[in-house]
Amino acid sequence: MAKAKVTFQDIDLTVSVPVGTRVIELSEKIGSGIIYGCRECDCGTCMMEVTDGWNNLSNPTVLEDKVLKDNMAGRHQRLACQAQILGDCTVKPA
Amino acid sequence: MTGVINPNVRQNKAVQLDDGVYWVGALDPGLRTFDIILSTANGTTYNAYLIEGSEGFAVVDTVKEEYADVFFSKLESVTDYSKIKYIVLNHLEPDHTGALPELLKRAPHAQVCISQRAQTMLKALLKTGLEDLSYTAVKTGDTLSLGDITLSFLNTPFLHWPDTQCTYLIEREILFSGDVFGCHFCDPRLFNDKVGDFRFSFDYYYAHIMRPFKQWVLEALDLIIPLSLKMIAPAHGPILRDRPRRYVTHYRELSTSSLSGKLGDDEKSLIIFYMSSYGNTARMAEAIYAGIDDVEGVRVSLYDLQGGETDPFVDLIEEADALMFGSPTINGDAVKPVWDLLSSLVVVNLKGKLGAAFGSYGWSGEAVGMVEDRMRGLKMRVPTPGLRIKLIPTDEELEDCKLFGREIAGILVGKNQNRGKIIEMAEL
Repeated sequence: MAKAKVTFQDIDLTVSVPVGTRVIELSEKIGSGIIYGCRECDCGTCMMEVTDGWNNLSNPTVLEDKVLKDNMAGRHQRLACQAQILGDCTVKPA
Repeated sequence: MTGVINPNVRQNKAVQLDDGVYWVGALDPGLRTFDIILSTANGTTYNAYLIEGSEGFAVVDTVKEEYADVFFSKLESVTDYSKIKYIVLNHLEPDHTGALPELLKRAPHAQVCISQRAQTMLKALLKTGLEDLSYTAVKTGDTLSLGDITLSFLNTPFLHWPDTQCTYLIEREILFSGDVFGCHFCDPRLFNDKVGDFRFSFDYYYAHIMRPFKQWVLEALDLIIPLSLKMIAPAHGPILRDRPRRYVTHYRELSTSSLSGKLGDDEKSLIIFYMSSYGNTARMAEAIYAGIDDVEGVRVSLYDLQGGETDPFVDLIEEADALMFGSPTINGDAVKPVWDLLSSLVVVNLKGKLGAAFGSYGWSGEAVGMVEDRMRGLKMRVPTPGLRIKLIPTDEELEDCKLFGREIAGILVGKNQNRGKIIEMAEL
């Protein structure tokens, strides 16, 4: 299975994951400061900043796009409960 | 007392606050519980305002639905609906928007002005009959003209909902602040220099409504402090016309950390709370405490929940950078004093604080995991799996406790053991 590396900048830890893994599946286990509310793309609490490899995350769905807009997300901000890791990238809490 | 009550308050007429500025709100003296969580000894007011300019009127907020008749009577005592040009909603909670659907029917041409974040909430709150509702979303610095007077908006989110904003009437120097600077205190004398002693209500309201959002309060104050303030007109409680800036200063005091001055510049505060039945979890706590104390830059405190009360502990938790909870497992659960504390934290902001759990157990030791889940639910980060020890800790296990303490303290001060490490997801 194809693998990708996601680096959590706030704790300086990189995890090698199967492509398609969502950030939510690992960020809490390793103690990154990304925090969650509803965990289902509604509240926007899990906003994160993608500092590198922006194009290596899955495209936002229509629903995520709406939540990002409602929460006035910046250009490189995504929801950790939604974004799937497709290639190497670096993220941190927004 | 009757001498200072404007008869209009009770006669369903508007009360003039300033040239072209009216209170059109409602008194609710019988209310004792607000929003489930707040009590009030003498009710509240729902303050709505009407502003008159040379080119029309603006309504700022409305009232709770059951007081709509009072609100409309007061509005009608000044103007007819055709002259209402704008409806400004500083906050969409139903106690301020209860009369909105009816107001929109009576003044369908009026433009509704809300904050950017209020847009999705407006439709969710006012579900029926508003399909054609048009509104303008405003942000800090946006203005509305009523001819000779101008309303300016301040985006002050999360006080105490995402949608909240303040509206400033530039020419009269009046701030319509929404729930900020408000309180549940009902007194028909209306003004802070006439009403009874409402200091307790003011601070109580802050403590239950604004306190979890201190950082947002400080950001809002940065926008409010530069304004000239003749009067602050909040959405609940007395209208602050006598030395309004005192309340701004008081809000800043209430929102500023009292611990930061007692810690060193780079020092972090970590508090351990524990409960022990046979002394085993207590021994773990003491060993963890000793381990943390070895780490420079962390000020550690140790509290036995058996010897304290919840409220002061909540105060301590609010200002701590990291929290550790120790609980034995009894009948498959963490013990009640731990849950009591963990369920009393709604008034403080825990987002991003570091957390860890530990405890001694006899059979299965579920408490640690349950407390960790609770901490995550409270939006804390829990970077290290908790430490569980079966029954009586040995000397070796107490050494593990020390190491555990050091590890958590290390993470707190940024001595990150991960530095640059790459791990496999399967290892997690």
